[in-house]
Amino acid sequence: MSSADIYREVILDYYRNPRNFGKLEKFDIEAHDTNPLCGDELDIQIRVGSGSKIEEIKFTGKGCAISQASASMLTELAKDKQLEWVKQVSKEDILKMLGNPELGPSRIKCALLGMKVLKTGVYGYLGSRYEDNEGSDSSR
Amino acid sequence: MLQAETLDVKKIRPDFPILQRKVHGRRLVYLDNAATTQKPRQVIDSLLDYYSRYNSNVHRSVHTLGEEATEAYESSRERVARFVGTAAKGLVFVRGTTEASNLVRFAWGEKFVKRGDTLVTTMMEHHSNIVPWQLLAKRKDAKLRFIGLQPGGTLDLAQLEEALRESPRLVAVTHSSNVLGTVNDVARICTIARTAGAITFVDGAQAVPHMPVDISAIGCDFYAFSGHKMLGPTGIGALAGKKDLLEEMDPFQGGGEMIREVFPDHSTWNDVPHKFEAGTVNIADSIGLGAAVDYLTALGMERVRNHEKGLLKYAMETLPLVKGFQCYGPQDPEVTVGVVSFNLADIHPHDLATILDEEGVAIRSGNHCAQPLVNWLGVPATSRASFCVYNSEDDIDALKAGLEKAKRIFKS
Repeated sequence: MSSADIYREVILDYYRNPRNFGKLEKFDIEAHDTNPLCGDELDIQIRVGSGSKIEEIKFTGKGCAISQASASMLTELAKDKQLEWVKQVSKEDILKMLGNPELGPSRIKCALLGMKVLKTGVYGYLGSRYEDNEGSDSSR
Repeated sequence: MLQAETLDVKKIRPDFPILQRKVHGRRLVYLDNAATTQKPRQVIDSLLDYYSRYNSNVHRSVHTLGEEATEAYESSRERVARFVGTAAKGLVFVRGTTEASNLVRFAWGEKFVKRGDTLVTTMMEHHSNIVPWQLLAKRKDAKLRFIGLQPGGTLDLAQLEEALRESPRLVAVTHSSNVLGTVNDVARICTIARTAGAITFVDGAQAVPHMPVDISAIGCDFYAFSGHKMLGPTGIGALAGKKDLLEEMDPFQGGGEMIREVFPDHSTWNDVPHKFEAGTVNIADSIGLGAAVDYLTALGMERVRNHEKGLLKYAMETLPLVKGFQCYGPQDPEVTVGVVSFNLADIHPHDLATILDEEGVAIRSGNHCAQPLVNWLGVPATSRASFCVYNSEDDIDALKAGLEKAKRIFKS
């Protein structure tokens, strides 16, 4: 796979025109994280509706195309899902969502930052703690 | 010298085995030298030779191998000291620049910094010349002041003059910025800082590999640099200190080698520099650093400097031809070492580095362990190309071609 395949039209589009970008006026969940390697930053806010449904979700952040596109696409997937759904989301789901790009260990972290922030927020809201075993094993 | 003498890169490149390597099927174009440089065969061989012929501990054993190892270790210290214009007696081998600043933080700072004192550093520093002083200031309830930059990316010396009115205990400054390449007039800074009664610490990690350095002419109290950024092995560097100051300081770590006598209730210290070299020292890599210094000495640091000036000039002529190329720092080869920090259109440096890697071009992307400086630039990150003795204009052409490819992929 070449970088032309990693940076497909759809990724660039989400990078330049991120969906669900911004802040919520009212929210129940907020989480933030950074990736010190690239300086990626990400904030996710969620308003929880009846039946533990993700009623509204927005994100803000800055960073590379992979981290920002991944976060934006994930917020689209998460909208209207149950909070429990977030627990099921895996690294494989995220990579599939991005078109299964071939990423090295350092760039995988960019791709997974959105998932990490989303899980951190939702787990915290549900009263547990998210242990990140997906992207934090290799050195920064 | 009437004509600027430079290097014959074609003769130099075969000395570096790694340059034969292919990356993604392409010729390796290594432009991440400010992070670490590649090693010539002469340095690699010196390590092999030590381990296969005279591996032994130093300053202890009286047998032949012990004598040879000690001789090689101390000879290396002599050559490294001569290379940077300082006395071997004041040259402490450390792991690198970071350990050097931390040595000063503990061995000098614990003894001499008092509550309410002021310490001064700058916005241009690598984290290794900020964080140790932050920790020291916190521990001692002292104040840490920062000297800012002028718009062009040089230090605002008026702010230094102002800070010196507080009679700071320490002024810590980099000889050359690892992000902007700016070379600071450290001789002048140290003169005025010392006149105001401050101790001066100069981070030479990005200067020693790129230009002739004469520590005695700079007149600083401490000067630190890393071996791996100057063709030497990782895990070795040096702290050069004024001998009387090193003698006044407390030890850094306690253990073997650094003592003269040990009793149950107290100990006395070995002579400088051994007082600061506790435990079995990094013998092999010190010898490797000596070999690196021999290699650079043979090339001649004036020539190295001229070579890199030429590369920087060429980079400044060609890279801005790529539309959307934005460069940071003075960009003047006369006042900059071989570092080019830049951004390209709306492509994040990390995405750019991924695309360039596919072309075999290795650059650095991120905040370069200098967050205050990158924040000052007002960007989340930069890409950085940095040069060494084995780089040529071909490498800059390869970088330029990579930038153009990135623009095609990003359609920007």
